[in-house]
Amino acid sequence: MSLNNFFSMGGYAAYVWSAYGISFIVLFLNIFLAVRNERKTIDELKKRLGSNNK
Amino acid sequence: MYKWIHQFGSPKYFYDISLHLSKWVTIVCIVCFIGGLYGGLVLAPADYQQGDSFRIIYVHVPAAWMSLFIYVILATSGAISLIWHIKITDIIARVSAPIGASFTFLALSTGAIWGKPMWGTYWVWDARLTSELILLFLYLGYIALQSAFDDKRIAARAGAILALIGIINIPIIHYSVEWWSTLHQGPTITKLDKPSIHLTMLIPLILMVIAFKTFYIAIALIKTRSEILKYECNSSWVKKILGN
Amino acid sequence: MSEYINIFNVILKRDLMLAFRDKTDFINSLIFFIIVITLFPLTFGTKSTIVNEIIPGMIWISALLATCLSLETIFRSDFEDGSIEQLTLSRYPLTLLVSAKIFAHWITFGMPLIIISLLMGILLSLSNEIIIALFITLILGTPILSLLGSVMVALTIGLRGGMLLNLLILPLSMPVLIFSTVAIQNAALNQSIIAETYFLAGILVLAITLAPLATATALRIRLS
Repeated sequence: MSLNNFFSMGGYAAYVWSAYGISFIVLFLNIFLAVRNERKTIDELKKRLGSNNK
Repeated sequence: MYKWIHQFGSPKYFYDISLHLSKWVTIVCIVCFIGGLYGGLVLAPADYQQGDSFRIIYVHVPAAWMSLFIYVILATSGAISLIWHIKITDIIARVSAPIGASFTFLALSTGAIWGKPMWGTYWVWDARLTSELILLFLYLGYIALQSAFDDKRIAARAGAILALIGIINIPIIHYSVEWWSTLHQGPTITKLDKPSIHLTMLIPLILMVIAFKTFYIAIALIKTRSEILKYECNSSWVKKILGN
Repeated sequence: MSEYINIFNVILKRDLMLAFRDKTDFINSLIFFIIVITLFPLTFGTKSTIVNEIIPGMIWISALLATCLSLETIFRSDFEDGSIEQLTLSRYPLTLLVSAKIFAHWITFGMPLIIISLLMGILLSLSNEIIIALFITLILGTPILSLLGSVMVALTIGLRGGMLLNLLILPLSMPVLIFSTVAIQNAALNQSIIAETYFLAGILVLAITLAPLATATALRIRLS
């Protein structure tokens, strides 16, 4: 399958690539929010533990 | 066997094995994604009727299956939490809901985008699309209910009841294409029958389904670990982990 | 067995008396229902004929919204003064007591709604088949709404943010709404509505058997 064909998707480029685009955005947001939440939780708990130890 | 189940219920045990599990699950996920995308976008031949627009199937179908699968997990964890009061199932249910909602949204939007070239319209009020939309509302209602309570324990059990009531929607979505005459195409992959889809198109689909499943498990594990740390923040093993 | 029937009647009579002593809730819900129905023709302009086609749907949606608003009253006052806890502690099964309260709610809000809908149908000159279909779908559908709604009320009493209850009820009422409107459309075309009637009756039986149990469980969870 030629590179040209890959990008134009037989004329349906707008549909196929917007669908895949939304998918990547949704998947990426899931990863990003999960990892950011984990970091925030660990930071908050560390802060709370630190203040308790004082 | 009881011992094994009870071990799973202990947050510390779950935390330890989930670290091991995450590694393998992420590797499988990445491999399947690359394989599925390459197979689906490059290797699979263009469809006779739909041309290249059929390639949306490789995100639409896995997303739709995941939206149903995650809701079943939501309801099952809720039932287990109501009957046996296991903390881990509370956490798994709470954590899976936003992921499930995002997959439902993805299924609806990729389906609408696919509908335009295939059926000529973005949306039609047939049985499957409407019940999938109801599923999205159920997820959003579940998330809203969980965030309305301060006590997470009560929130989990209340959400379990809501999830169990909405479980009736899942068979409706699944069998809607058989029970009613709809615009949506019928099932292409049934367990016992030979699939009506060609192998070169089928294998990337299966790879993408595995990729989405392992993606959900990986994300759910990350979120579950954060919640376990929050729940057990007063215990010594958590303090040791955080102290490092 | 007879003492179960007695306690059911006692709770039913108590709730009905409370509802009719202070008639404002009951009358407000009916007035809301009529006002929402009149809103639809207002937005479509005086000369349009679209309204005539959608009248049954309008009546159903207005009934749904009026029921959503009236559901707040089932457990609210009892929760606030502690009677729910007394009910939970009694030696009679909470499921039975709760089903009496739901039945009382349907009698005070659902039945008047059905009567007024039929009047509205006659006033707005709907054909006889449509009025019969409307009656059948409402008499099967309003108890379903009361039953499903009571579970949602039990889950959300006393929480801040009143919209949560409606957000939870409306998606679950969509199947009832869909089947009812399909039945009415079929009736307008002089086709049989027996299939939708069976479906609604099935959902009703499922709701009658499971909803009081779910409501009782939800109340116990909230009170724990």
